[in-house]
Amino acid sequence: MKLTKEEVRHISKLARVGMTDDELELMSGQLSNILEHFDVLQKANTEGVDATGHSADVNTVMRRDEPRPSLSRDEVFANAPQHEGEFVRIKAVLE
Amino acid sequence: MNVVGMTLEEAGALLRTKQATSVELTLAVLDRINAVEPKTRAYVTVTEDLAMQQARKADERIAKGQAGPLTGVPMQLKDNISTKGVRTTCSSKMLSNFVPVYDATVARKLYDAGAVLVGKGNMDEFAMGSSTENSAVQKTHNPWALDRVPGGSSGGPAAAVAAGEGFYSLGSDTGGSIRQPAALCGIVGLKPTYGLVSRYGLVAFASSLDQIGPMTKTVKDNALVLNAIAGNDPSDSTSLKVTPPDYTKALTGDIKGLRIGVPKEYFVEGMQPGVEKCVRDAIKMLEKLGAKLGEASLPSTPYAMAVYYIIAPSEASANLARYDGVKYGYSAKNASTMWEAMERTKQEGFGPEVKRRIMIGTYALSAGYYDAYYLKAQKVRTLIRREFEEVFKKFDVLVTPTSPSVAFKMGEKTADPVQMYLNDVFTIPANIAGIPGVSVQAGLSDGLPVGVQFLASHLQEETLLKVAHAYEQAAGWHKLRAKV
Repeated sequence: MKLTKEEVRHISKLARVGMTDDELELMSGQLSNILEHFDVLQKANTEGVDATGHSADVNTVMRRDEPRPSLSRDEVFANAPQHEGEFVRIKAVLE
Repeated sequence: MNVVGMTLEEAGALLRTKQATSVELTLAVLDRINAVEPKTRAYVTVTEDLAMQQARKADERIAKGQAGPLTGVPMQLKDNISTKGVRTTCSSKMLSNFVPVYDATVARKLYDAGAVLVGKGNMDEFAMGSSTENSAVQKTHNPWALDRVPGGSSGGPAAAVAAGEGFYSLGSDTGGSIRQPAALCGIVGLKPTYGLVSRYGLVAFASSLDQIGPMTKTVKDNALVLNAIAGNDPSDSTSLKVTPPDYTKALTGDIKGLRIGVPKEYFVEGMQPGVEKCVRDAIKMLEKLGAKLGEASLPSTPYAMAVYYIIAPSEASANLARYDGVKYGYSAKNASTMWEAMERTKQEGFGPEVKRRIMIGTYALSAGYYDAYYLKAQKVRTLIRREFEEVFKKFDVLVTPTSPSVAFKMGEKTADPVQMYLNDVFTIPANIAGIPGVSVQAGLSDGLPVGVQFLASHLQEETLLKVAHAYEQAAGWHKLRAKV
């Protein structure tokens, strides 16, 4: 599977990872090379085989529906890049 | 006090018999860190004040006769394990100033046992890599040869333990990130059964594969640390509901009659002859100790690499979507809209390997390719898991090389991601199946450590450590130390 620079640009848009032209160029070569190695999987016979998502059983863990202490607002805001009063500040959503 | 050659077990005994205090021991380790860090660069953060505070508390506990095996003994944690009030960077620009507001369960358990945290270990950015050259902070050097890599992604923890900059460390292993650096630095590294150790507070890379485990100088030390960190945690929905045994009790040295399989698919072309020789010698030693050796086969092994490099990046692309520059972490300046800010935050905040994996994952999960890549990989994962289940009906433990090569020169493999990925070819299958694996030193090739890997079925850590310990004690390679 060969990926073009345009396809890589599209993936970077989907992933919301900005990239320079040079990065897109380098990435298209490297991703194509990696995808080529994935072709080996097509040889594996998986007819009637279920997919494994986790190697352990994953169960929803429930705790009692009781109020208990949570992080304080100061703690939550301690790592926020920008905040104002009781809000985290973000850039404009609508242009 | 010579802390370089000392094991965790010996350090603990020294404290409990009052031949040294935790404050003295901690100062000795901090001195050692100061002396060798310019060469090894195994630490991202050194927590001198916290360490001294914890050491004084430990000494009080020892005076009251309430000391356990870990009480007062200095240790390190990999920098993707959250520590309240102590910077946890994942060796990334994205989290360079991140200070967690809570402790990971493993950190809390070690603190409760009286452990002393001397600092956080360098790693590949977000645990993605096999050489610790992807760290955005610094490159860690192998204490056995400073021009070589320590392996990765837990290269900082491996180098720190090998260089005597702390008695043990915790690493994380998604595709071999504990066992491969342990092998390259000549120490013991255990990846426990998936779900045996809580992942709460571990910065997520690939959630269905990640597991935290101990990195130590000996198998006994490893069992001591595992005793402290294993067990069910309601804060982790994948945590197993089991009551772990005392793992040190399994270390009898007696492995007579145990069935040990040698999987033929793990002795592949391209493996260094010096590595193969050490592993073959280890197999002979096991036979001498009375184990019953036999050939095993895991025919789907050649698919493991592809399965891993689809599943891990897919999960990573979802896990790393949270770094949007809004709630915490790096945030790009000079963007006018939210979308632009997000794109630029990831562009500037992530390094090349992390971007590469987000891209592979996004592609593998995208409409049109999901069935061909992600779903197919999950199905082959089932095949790999089933083969292990079958093979463990015939054998108690499998023995394999840990890594196809000894530590390689820095920069040697950075240009070709696929070549770099091949380092994990022997460790990846255990993560895919969720089984435990341990790497133990098996000698030297050209003066560099070689690792032998033991694998066992789910929750068979006792048998695994029993075999590893018997081999280690008989072979004696664990007594060698890096001369840094």
